[in-house]
Amino acid sequence: MKAEPSRRLRLPRGEGAGAWLAAGSVALSLLALLALLALLTVRGLGHFWPSPVELVELEGGRQLAGERVREVPHAGGDGLERLYRIGNQDLEGGRWAWVRLSAIEAVSHPADLVVVERRRWGQAIGRLSAFQGASGERIEGEAAWPALEARLAELGTLRDARDRLREEVILPLAGRNDETAARELKAAHARLRELQSAMAGGRLILATADGEGLAVPLEQLLGARRPNAMSPLDKLVAWGEGVWRFLSEGPRAANTAGGVWPAIFGTVLMVMLMSILVTPFGVLAAIYLNEVAHQGRLTRLVRIAVRNLAGVPSIVYGVFGLGVFVYGIGGRLDSWFFEASLPSPTFGTGGLLWASLTLALLTLPVVIVATEEGLARIPDQQREGALALGATRLEMLSRVVLPMAAPAMLTGVILAVARAAGEVAPLMLVGVAKLAPQVPVDGDFPFLHLERKFMHLGYHIFDAAFHGGDVQAAMPLVYATALLLVLVILVLNLTAIFLRHHLSTRHGALTRR
Amino acid sequence: MPLVKEQRSSPDSAAIIDFPPEASSLAIRGLSLAYGDKSALNNLTLRVPRHRVTAFIGPSGCGKSTLLRVLNRLHDLNDEVVREGEVMLEGEDIHAPEVSVAELRRRVGMVFQSPNPFPMSIHDNVAFGLRLQGGLSKRKRDDIIEWALRSAALWDEVKDRLRASAWSLSGGQQQRLVIARTLAVGPEVLLLDEPASALDPISTLKIEELIRNLKSHLTLVLVTHNMQQAARVSDYTAFLQQGELVEYAPTDTLFTNPRLARTENYITGRMA
Repeated sequence: MKAEPSRRLRLPRGEGAGAWLAAGSVALSLLALLALLALLTVRGLGHFWPSPVELVELEGGRQLAGERVREVPHAGGDGLERLYRIGNQDLEGGRWAWVRLSAIEAVSHPADLVVVERRRWGQAIGRLSAFQGASGERIEGEAAWPALEARLAELGTLRDARDRLREEVILPLAGRNDETAARELKAAHARLRELQSAMAGGRLILATADGEGLAVPLEQLLGARRPNAMSPLDKLVAWGEGVWRFLSEGPRAANTAGGVWPAIFGTVLMVMLMSILVTPFGVLAAIYLNEVAHQGRLTRLVRIAVRNLAGVPSIVYGVFGLGVFVYGIGGRLDSWFFEASLPSPTFGTGGLLWASLTLALLTLPVVIVATEEGLARIPDQQREGALALGATRLEMLSRVVLPMAAPAMLTGVILAVARAAGEVAPLMLVGVAKLAPQVPVDGDFPFLHLERKFMHLGYHIFDAAFHGGDVQAAMPLVYATALLLVLVILVLNLTAIFLRHHLSTRHGALTRR
Repeated sequence: MPLVKEQRSSPDSAAIIDFPPEASSLAIRGLSLAYGDKSALNNLTLRVPRHRVTAFIGPSGCGKSTLLRVLNRLHDLNDEVVREGEVMLEGEDIHAPEVSVAELRRRVGMVFQSPNPFPMSIHDNVAFGLRLQGGLSKRKRDDIIEWALRSAALWDEVKDRLRASAWSLSGGQQQRLVIARTLAVGPEVLLLDEPASALDPISTLKIEELIRNLKSHLTLVLVTHNMQQAARVSDYTAFLQQGELVEYAPTDTLFTNPRLARTENYITGRMA
């Protein structure tokens, strides 16, 4: 077998419809890809940009305040209709408002409109009419906003102090078992109570556009801003904070708000576990098929079967995983080792391990095929050269063939990662959860909890888009999560590509030490 | 074995030179080999003299490369091969069950048609066989590597870039590197399967000069298509046709005064 120079079909430049057709297809594919990325980026990242709040005066003296979302032709046939996000879900007629353009008398952007992010009920929009401090003093009018900002900054410091106290003092002390520790722990808890009572209390009162009052306790408050009064720099900072919270926090409000950190973590961890499981099996199978097995009819048949496994719909793998891993092996494990906790299952229900195994099975053909192709490309002379120097078959494989096939193996792993990270259907059967704020890695022994259910970006998209209470509100998060999923896969792939490049230069051109 | 007697009594036997056992390194007796039901070698009997260069010539498909590959048991890799007869290396049967194939291949090294250095540094290529054996200090190993590269007339060209990739060398240098790699494990016999056919004329000359130098301490067996090359470097030449040994004689005799018409037709180019 000789390495053949790469041959490429070269169409005569500027001639023939074929060239245009081919170039056109490339351009179209690229455009489609760019359009997809642009849509995800604009819709996903735009969500975190503090948009201006409009005060709209309608016919008949009604007023509303909200963020402009989009405009569509009116169902009645004439003119346009505009959708506003007006928040205040807990009030009558809150959250969304459709307004006919012809009904609008005036639109203004008052600087004193406040957007408040709450733990429950989502956004509240209105003018700050009063701020009430922890001790009950009431500040009204112009002075309310600075007082609120000062209190929020104070609360931030207090929260940091509380978190530090928990992590640095209480957690290490809780592990110890002597008298001084008990005394210190008691003091620490007292300090914690002190901090918490300092944080408690206080509320703000908003006057909504149509004149109602709305009280928001500070415990419910996630953030407050006056978008119309913000400079571009302030908005950029707020945008950065929003993105960071999206990446680092857990979801809220039935996955329609908040962040996706547990889902990012779950996706990456599951893909890594899957790669660790699939690589050795795939590589060994490819070695057997290509280097050991007699190249007869049976081997050819097995090879065809493996290639066809790649085309089996992924949900079928999910069913297999559920039947064999979850109920079969998991159920057995539970009855052997976790009898105490039965009938609630430990391994006998979907979990990280079973999901990783199922996806490893799903991507096995990809790894086998890619590795086999790499092995087939290695000239037989390399193998004979090693054998002729007195290498055993195993030494020949491990010292010459496998290093040369390593880039091809990694190509297989890259393809497997790309496939596995985007796969959602089988995961629904074998371990993904709608909400699992506890990530599968923590400080408790054995640190990696393979039996836990986990969150996944792909499933999170599906869930937020179709199962949240308010799909309209979740849409920007769906775009942002989709963008994030693309980025996560990109990063995983780039890592593998970098590794492959590193290996191929090491074995192809440089020294081996 | 009756087949052997038959060949000895055939009219061609006079055209086959024999060597005393003590002067020969390899002895092949009644060797037949087939790939499945396709016969490749048919009842070969010959001895290869020690510390000489013996060339196998013959038309394509005559079995000369197959014969070479039997000598270090590379044919073992093909499970369709059926073999009969024996090959003795210094009086020991290489196919005996107690013989370690790896050990045999270290004693009978092989260089292939196109250069096949491993994708590692020049140094690591030569160290490959030594590392397999193990048990050598780094210093000792480096000494052997230098000696092997000097023996293969490559040292002066690569001594400053031993850590460079072997694939950065020219074709002729690669082939000499492969020879050095083989020499490093200390073989008694070196099999060369058309070692210069993929090389340019100057590299070919270097390889031929190297072959002549190496015979001072090695037995060399050369398979070549190029009759001038066989005439230039070998001491003895065996002419094979359709899996049979036709004529085996000192190179001068075979090329200037062949006994058989078949040999003469081949070397004068009257036969395809």
